[in-house]
Amino acid sequence: MKLTDRFKSGLGAPICLTWELTYACNLACVHCLSSSGVRDPRELTTQEAMALIDEMAAMQIFYVNIGGGEPMIRSDFFDLVDHCVAKGVGVKFSTNGTRLTFEKAQRLAASPMVDVQISLDGADAATNDAVRGEGSYAASIAAMDNLMAAGFGEFKISVVMTRHNIPQIGELYALAQHYGAQLRLTRFRPSGRGADSWEALHPTQAQQRELYAWLLEHPMVLTGDSFFHLSALGNPLEGLNLCGAGRVVCLIDPIGDVYACPFVIHDDFLAGNVREEGGFGSIWRDSALFTELREPTSAGACASCGSYDACQGGCMAAKFFTGLPLDGPDPECVFGHGEAQLASQAVSIRPAARSDHSKRSPLTISS
Amino acid sequence: MRRLLNTAEVLTTFNPEQPWTLSSKVALRDESFGALAYHYGNRRLVFLKSRDLVDLVRDLEHHDKAADAIVATVGPERFDTYVRALDALVESEVICER
Repeated sequence: MKLTDRFKSGLGAPICLTWELTYACNLACVHCLSSSGVRDPRELTTQEAMALIDEMAAMQIFYVNIGGGEPMIRSDFFDLVDHCVAKGVGVKFSTNGTRLTFEKAQRLAASPMVDVQISLDGADAATNDAVRGEGSYAASIAAMDNLMAAGFGEFKISVVMTRHNIPQIGELYALAQHYGAQLRLTRFRPSGRGADSWEALHPTQAQQRELYAWLLEHPMVLTGDSFFHLSALGNPLEGLNLCGAGRVVCLIDPIGDVYACPFVIHDDFLAGNVREEGGFGSIWRDSALFTELREPTSAGACASCGSYDACQGGCMAAKFFTGLPLDGPDPECVFGHGEAQLASQAVSIRPAARSDHSKRSPLTISS
Repeated sequence: MRRLLNTAEVLTTFNPEQPWTLSSKVALRDESFGALAYHYGNRRLVFLKSRDLVDLVRDLEHHDKAADAIVATVGPERFDTYVRALDALVESEVICER
C-alpha cells in the first residue's frame, strides 16, 4: 500500500489541525475564507479551550495551526498559547499583525515552540490593501519589523495568490529574505467571502503555469500543499499532492464545530462539535462524514483524463463553492476542464454558507 | 520549535557501533502503518513505515550500541536493511547519538 493510501484510510490524529479561535476580526478582507468580522456569542470559553488543548495533547497532536478571525483579539490568546506549549502542542498561528507590538513579539520570541505567520497579500500597499483594507500593509510590515527587532528568528509571510500579486512573486520572495523569513504561498479559494471575489481575483491559466514553474524552482517556499491541482502540468510539486480533508486535515471553528477542512465551512462538511460527548477525538476517529471522506474517491468525470493521478481532481472546496460536482474537475483545472464544465452548465448553483460573521460594512483598521 | 537563524545543523552519519537514542526534540505517535515522528526543531514530519522500525527506535536507548538493538529487535538477518533505515533517521534528526 502506498503511503498516500494510508492517509486516505485515516490517521490516529490529524497532521494539520486548524483551530480558529474567534470570528472577530478588525479587518474585513475580501477573500476571508471564514467570513469573519464579529465575535460569535457561542465561542468556546477559556475553560473549554483549555480542555480542548488537553485533548489535543492526549491525542499527541504535534502542533496546531491557530487562526481566526484575528486570534490575537481574544483576551486569553497568550494563556491559550502558553497552555499549548506547556502541554507539548506546538503552535503556528496566523495573524494580520495589527496587534503584534514589540512587547508581544518579545513574548513570542521567548517560546521556541511558537511559530508566527503574518498575512500579506501584496508586495506593496496598493495591491495588499485592495484585498485586506486600507492600512493593512503598513500594519503587517510593522509587525514584521517588531518580530525582527525582538529576535524572533524565522517567521513566515503568508500570501494568498491572486491575479494581482502573482506578478509580484519575486518582490515577495525578496521581502521574505530581507526579514530572514520563510515565504508561504497558498491558493485562493472561493470559500467564505472568497466566493464573492473569486471571479475577479483568482489567477489566470497563464499565471497558474507561471506559478507552477516558479514553485518547482523554489522548493523551499511553503505552500501548505495547496497547489496540488497544478501537478497535472508535469512533475509533482512538493507535498502529499492529495486532498487531505478529513484524512490528514480538519478545522475546529470558534464555536467548536469540526469541519473537514478550513475551506469548507458549510453544513455539508460539518462532522460534529467538540462540546458533544466524546469530544474532538471521537469526531476525528468515528464521525460519519470523516469515515466517508476516507473511502476511496471516484475519479468521476476526470476518469478519462490521463492526469487524474497527478492532480486527484483538485480541491474539494474549490469545486463545491463554484457549484461543480465533487467528482468533477477543479474550477482551475490546468487543462480548462473545469471552466468548460462551468460554461456548459445552464445553471450553476453556488451553495450559500449558513455561517457568516461579516460586519455589516467594512471597517478600517483600529487597534 | 522554530528554526532560529544562524544555527548550523551538524549532521552525523549512523554508526551502529555507537549508542543512539530517539531525539528529545522528536514526538513519536503510533499509527496503523508504524508511526509518525515530528521534530519540533526542524519541523519535519517523518514516516516510520513499519512496526519493527518503531520498536527498534524506541529500544535504541537500552543498548550500548545500536547493532545490539537491531539484533535484539529485528534479528541479524535484516541487519543491513535496518542500518539503512536508521541512517535515514539520522539524516532527518529523528535519532541522535547519546
